[in-house]
Amino acid sequence: MFKQKHYLALGAVTLAALLIFSLPPRATSRLKLAISSLFLPLFGLVHTAQQLPADLADSVLPRRELLKEIYNLRRENEQLHVQELQAVATGRENDQLRSLLAWQKQTPWKLKLANVIARDPANWWRTIQIDLGSRDGLKENLPVLTSDGLVGRVSSVGFTRSQVILLGDPNCKASALVENPAHDMGVISASGPLDTSLAELSYLSGSANLKSGQSVVTSGLGGIFPKGIPIGQIVDARPVEFGLYSEARVKLSANLGALEQVWVLFP
Amino acid sequence: MKMNVLQTILIFVAAFLAVFGEATFPLLRHWLGAQVNLLPAIMVYAALNANISVVALLAVFGGLWFDSLSANPLGVTILPLLIVGFLIYLRRELILRELPFAQIILGAVASAVVPVLTILILLTGGKQPLLGWGSLWQSFVMIVGGAIATPILFALFEWCQHALGYQPRAETSFRPDREIRRGKK
Repeated sequence: MFKQKHYLALGAVTLAALLIFSLPPRATSRLKLAISSLFLPLFGLVHTAQQLPADLADSVLPRRELLKEIYNLRRENEQLHVQELQAVATGRENDQLRSLLAWQKQTPWKLKLANVIARDPANWWRTIQIDLGSRDGLKENLPVLTSDGLVGRVSSVGFTRSQVILLGDPNCKASALVENPAHDMGVISASGPLDTSLAELSYLSGSANLKSGQSVVTSGLGGIFPKGIPIGQIVDARPVEFGLYSEARVKLSANLGALEQVWVLFP
Repeated sequence: MKMNVLQTILIFVAAFLAVFGEATFPLLRHWLGAQVNLLPAIMVYAALNANISVVALLAVFGGLWFDSLSANPLGVTILPLLIVGFLIYLRRELILRELPFAQIILGAVASAVVPVLTILILLTGGKQPLLGWGSLWQSFVMIVGGAIATPILFALFEWCQHALGYQPRAETSFRPDREIRRGKK
């Protein structure tokens, strides 16, 4: 049944697999990015194909519609301008108070927009690929978010692409704070494999007074995620280990199942 | 069964496009909560129709392509694909490969075995994949998806070969020793 050719093929592939396994993590990461760059032309093709209907629709949009859009955008722009003036005034006041209290000055967020180009083909991880890489200044562990809330963190960086681990993946943990009077703190960790809109908030104290609907934001601990980024809202809570500590399910603010564009936050 | 270069190229192109499609088009994941992996189904076709070197290379390249777009450690999918392909290859003379029922069963079994072996290797390597009761549903979707995809892939490969490849010339019934010579010499 077994011929010499079979043995050779089996041995060669097993050896190749073992060789790749035994490579140092940095070399594996580079090799992975090099192999996945083979898909780049196809990613570009898909992006162009997705843009085409939108471009065509734009070119045949009636003038009246465009004028209406311009009017709405101008109004929104004016509103945002007023809000910005208020924010600048508040920021100045905040800086003065911080200097009075000798607190460290807060640096404003720097954001870069990225397109989601691929999702993890395996069902047991939650990661995405974005079209920003080291040439755009990306580094590992930078926070990734949408206007709704936190999405995850950058896990590996290539020249033109990066991989982002999403909240709910076992490798993406975030220190979180519940916006209740006690300011209970816990760790956002993995939930079930099916529902991408839920994550687990664990290591909460046994006396935590959690109610459905309370907001959860990043605590700023851990050194990766800055303080105050919205994560989600408490769905329900339960005591664990005979009430020694509590766990809660959190409905994530960002829709991780339908990500198309995300913001990478630079320090 | 004759193996040609076109068939080999088709197998690798299909594997490459399958991995790309799984990473780019999340419709099934939105509807069913799981993504179907087509590599096991392609491996079933390769193991039943190609030679052992194609099976081995498909395991290597298919595995590397899949892992490069995934958070899997690189190379983790190679061995599960190879094991499935090799086992089918060894028994392929006993399998009625033209029957859709056989293709469905083989596709289902391969789609069940590859993820299970991959997760076992991941757990053995100390990784923590996202597992839970929902994984049973995901496995079910992958098995059913693989079972449906396998006969479709077989038909697609046959059609592509028919459309793109050279057709074997029908053997002529002419035999010089039976030539009837008419007329006078």
